[in-house]
Amino acid sequence: MAVKVYGPAYASPKRVIACLIEKGIDFETIPIDLLKGEHKAPDFLQLQVRILISSSLLCFQLTFSTYVRLIKVDDKSTESRAIMRYYAAKYKLQGTDLLGGTVEETGLVDQWLEVEAHNFNPHIYSLTIQIMFYPAVGTPTDEKAVAESEAKLGKVLDVYEQRLSESKYLAGDFFSLADLSHLPFTQYLVGPIGKEYMIRSRKHVSAWWDDISGRDSWKRVLELESKGWAGN
Amino acid sequence: MAAQEAEAAVPLKLHGAAMSACTARVLTCLHEKGLDFEFVPVDLFSGEHKLPPFLSISPFGLIPVLQDGDLTLFESRAITAYIAEKYKDTGSDLLLTRHEAGPAAAAAAVKVWTEVESQHFNPAIAPIVYQYFVASMQGGSPDQAAIDGHAEKLGKVLDVYEARLEKSKYLAGDSYSLADLHHVPYTYYLMKTPVAASVVGGRPRVKAWWEDISGRPAFLKVAQGMEFVAKEK
Repeated sequence: MAVKVYGPAYASPKRVIACLIEKGIDFETIPIDLLKGEHKAPDFLQLQVRILISSSLLCFQLTFSTYVRLIKVDDKSTESRAIMRYYAAKYKLQGTDLLGGTVEETGLVDQWLEVEAHNFNPHIYSLTIQIMFYPAVGTPTDEKAVAESEAKLGKVLDVYEQRLSESKYLAGDFFSLADLSHLPFTQYLVGPIGKEYMIRSRKHVSAWWDDISGRDSWKRVLELESKGWAGN
Repeated sequence: MAAQEAEAAVPLKLHGAAMSACTARVLTCLHEKGLDFEFVPVDLFSGEHKLPPFLSISPFGLIPVLQDGDLTLFESRAITAYIAEKYKDTGSDLLLTRHEAGPAAAAAAVKVWTEVESQHFNPAIAPIVYQYFVASMQGGSPDQAAIDGHAEKLGKVLDVYEARLEKSKYLAGDSYSLADLHHVPYTYYLMKTPVAASVVGGRPRVKAWWEDISGRPAFLKVAQGMEFVAKEK
């Protein structure tokens, strides 16, 4: 029985989808239109955890007797990271090992996942909202907020540049969840947000981005997206 | 036995500050596991954490940092996860891996609720603690509008917790876990502010859960060092 992933058009579910592809786990996607409020329909609301603060919802059904319904809100909630960690651990011996081979390597994977969640994500998320989301709903972009987020993101990427000059990937010389977690929003950064130069002006970050976004799993996510998530 | 003795010979080192909630998170975890470690105070007031020697172990200039032999880790939640995993067979069962009925599901629940703390609870509570304790220590006065805004958000998050805690004694199930532990330090500070009465006091299950998890011996040891004290110049 395939895992169901709701809302694949949004960034956080794409993390999960890339992870499932890396692990060779079957899934099906079910579209959700946040602007239509489909996430507020009754069957979504019978949830263990209910955070109806704002618009973005990922409901994730695990394929055995215990249902763990996980919600993400505002694309900020990273139960997507809990989901990824869960699948990467449960299927550690299948597909790509995304957690590192030793307890120490897993520690480094967790460290850089935390960095992505707390240091990287807030600024790139702010750019996403200002530049991609607000125009779509008719709210004016706050140029000052954009400038601030860009400056802060730049400082974070400087740290990444240093790190990636010392190791091929963030947690070490192996691709892991920590790198994968950056894919969806960085794709927005080099695409619709229009700030690819932030990646290209940093030699090691640039090489790292080409490597991780060139993996079959991410290419597959982009391919499915271009087909409107039909027939996965 | 020889390998364990060799490991014990090189102590765990934790760099941090006793008043820092994130440091306290790791300290609580170390005590729950009954581990020996060396505490290396970092002098935040002189900006030690933003200078090159420290930046070489923590590139974002953040505390705490754990050193375990050749491994250096920053980010408190990565550190606690590492300790909880490495020492999963000793001390408190923080990852619920020893759970009798369905360890996989229990461990998954711990992952979910540690994410909820990190992504929902923390962004609401941390600014409140900052306004009451840090802003005033730096000579400003608390921004009431910011406090009120975040208190409202925190209330909404705790509504979810209140419902959750009707179904189980702790967040991830009927046993204490890392998910509960992660909430303790910031909540400890919150409870010293005027916001506590409504936000926590007004939610009976959250209040009972708080009294339970803050009364554990491991945390009581850590709480002794948790005071925001401005250094005398």
